[in-house]
Amino acid sequence: MDKTVNQKAWFLVLPVFLVVAFSAVLPLMTVVNYSMQDTFGNNQFFWNGVGWFKELLDPSTDLGGRFLASLGRNLFFSLVILAIEVPLGIVVALSMPRQGWTVAACLVILALPLLIPWNVVGTIWQIFGRPDIGLLGYVLNHIGLDYNYVSNDIDAWVTVIVMDVWHWTSLVALLCYAGLKSIPEAYYQAAQIDGASRWAVFKAIQLPKMNRVLLIAVLLRFMDSFMIYTEPFVVTGGGPGNSTTFVSIELVKIALGQFDLGKAAALSLVYNLIILIVCWIFYTVMTNAGTERKHQEGAA
Amino acid sequence: MARIDLVDLAHSYGGNDAPQETFALKPVTMTWRQGGAYALLGPSGCGKTTLLNVISGIITPSRGKILFDGADITPLSTQKRNIAQVFQFPVIYDTMTVGQNLAFPLKNRGVPKTEIDKRVAEIGRLLDLEPYLNRKATRLTADAKQKISLGRGLVRSDVAAVLFDEPLTVIDPELKWQLRSKLKALHRELDLTMIYVTHDQTEALTFADTVVVMHDGRVVQSGTPAELFDKPAHTFVGYFIGSPGMNILPAEVRGREARIDGHVIALNRAYDKLPAGAKIEIGVRPEFVEVVAPAPGLLTAKIERIDDLGRIRFARVRVGDAKLAARAPNGFTSSDGTAGLKFDPSHIHVYADSLLVEGAA
Repeated sequence: MDKTVNQKAWFLVLPVFLVVAFSAVLPLMTVVNYSMQDTFGNNQFFWNGVGWFKELLDPSTDLGGRFLASLGRNLFFSLVILAIEVPLGIVVALSMPRQGWTVAACLVILALPLLIPWNVVGTIWQIFGRPDIGLLGYVLNHIGLDYNYVSNDIDAWVTVIVMDVWHWTSLVALLCYAGLKSIPEAYYQAAQIDGASRWAVFKAIQLPKMNRVLLIAVLLRFMDSFMIYTEPFVVTGGGPGNSTTFVSIELVKIALGQFDLGKAAALSLVYNLIILIVCWIFYTVMTNAGTERKHQEGAA
Repeated sequence: MARIDLVDLAHSYGGNDAPQETFALKPVTMTWRQGGAYALLGPSGCGKTTLLNVISGIITPSRGKILFDGADITPLSTQKRNIAQVFQFPVIYDTMTVGQNLAFPLKNRGVPKTEIDKRVAEIGRLLDLEPYLNRKATRLTADAKQKISLGRGLVRSDVAAVLFDEPLTVIDPELKWQLRSKLKALHRELDLTMIYVTHDQTEALTFADTVVVMHDGRVVQSGTPAELFDKPAHTFVGYFIGSPGMNILPAEVRGREARIDGHVIALNRAYDKLPAGAKIEIGVRPEFVEVVAPAPGLLTAKIERIDDLGRIRFARVRVGDAKLAARAPNGFTSSDGTAGLKFDPSHIHVYADSLLVEGAA
């Protein structure tokens, strides 16, 4: 069979090419371009090759030191909020009602924090935690706890973590709830017949049936917390000192504060690469889990 | 192992105050013998699953008591009752191997490990699951999964009864036969009380030595397959069991004769004390009605068609408004589409308001 030659398809594809080019490829290439150069302002650029990248990975330099320190803080932050939000989300989902009007009420209440814009969340907690006028800060100080997120590293960390838990545990809980709802009633009845304890039901039925949504929840929460900027920036501005300066905050400081475009470009490329790699790992794990399941269903 | 007694047991999903006609399970008192193979037979929505779930404790009955060997266990939770149940769809614990699945009910009850291993090996052998014991249960076919569910029901040696809720629904017809024979064999081997819920009469009659027929929330008859066939206690049992079902005809019955359209059919027994005002019907199985050439003294019927089932032929006939099925002997043909009906008097039953009436000899 002869193929008809028809070049009209180009007109359909071209707009997409253009949009992608202007929205993604060109900006990215600009960043790649900047990352190889140094500038002292005045639109004068000097070739620097892979110099910035070498510095980035070398903790003894200023840039590398700042990058690696903020990266460490960021990873620690992500791990802590995952360690809190995932189990907490599961517990919340498990204790939610299964039927009746309370279901709708619970869903709305859970969804509320998710609907608040990030900088508003930051502002809420910034004010909430202030020792002079904030309800939380005032009460804590009143009962004798010396709490001040502006001057104390640990207080700042606690505030940022509690804020993230408040903001995002709902997401994990809602995903888990959806997973739980999809378990047929017969499983619970069979478990009752088999004399399973509450814990055994959780381990043998609920957790295995939730593992897909949990993986998605972990992926979403890891990515989001690894890229976090607005909320801690509004609350602590990265302080006190540099104690809550995460990678994105550091990046903005270098790019817009110091106007070191070369350094900032190199940093953002590496940052991007890390996110891509982690994303890819999660994606592979998830699709593998998926195909394994399909395999089983195909065999069944 | 135990005898199970139901004492005035009833359940309503709408609460105890709902009118009794709406009860999913109307008051029933009966006994399930230790070691019996029972089938709970009835159409969808007749309350058989409700009764099963009440026995296993998934549902708390709104009225009445359940006794295991005389001890009242009505308030006990499912976990505390010694009961096993197998559901319509296979339930498999995904993360466990087949062996761990089988061991699960024993492990939850703190049975010593050596004992668990022994039981799992035995049940694995009985259900032909031995080659799979160390494999993940999720990768098996539907019938193997249902076998695991059965195995979890059978693995406990101390259960009062094993309940099956239409367990073979998802199984291919060919495997259904095998699994059913397997169950029957297991029943003989393990000496367990088994209660098998189904809406399929073949399944019920081949599995059970006692069939309990339910209709509209009520237990209408319980007996051996032969009893259900020969002497249905309720017109529903008559036409639900048997293929084609029993012929039910409105009739006037007096003494030893029944009248249909003025035509007299002789009865073997005398019915003198029929309740006044009740709807009187006679029932006779198609096997005991024969179509013959029309003759004086025989009820005349119009033949609609003749179904050839291979070993036997059934004529579908019409008498007035009533439809009947009757045996058509070999070589029977009708020239004008009419036939005479010859009834076997010893197999005619009389029903008042759908309930069997015993005649006097």
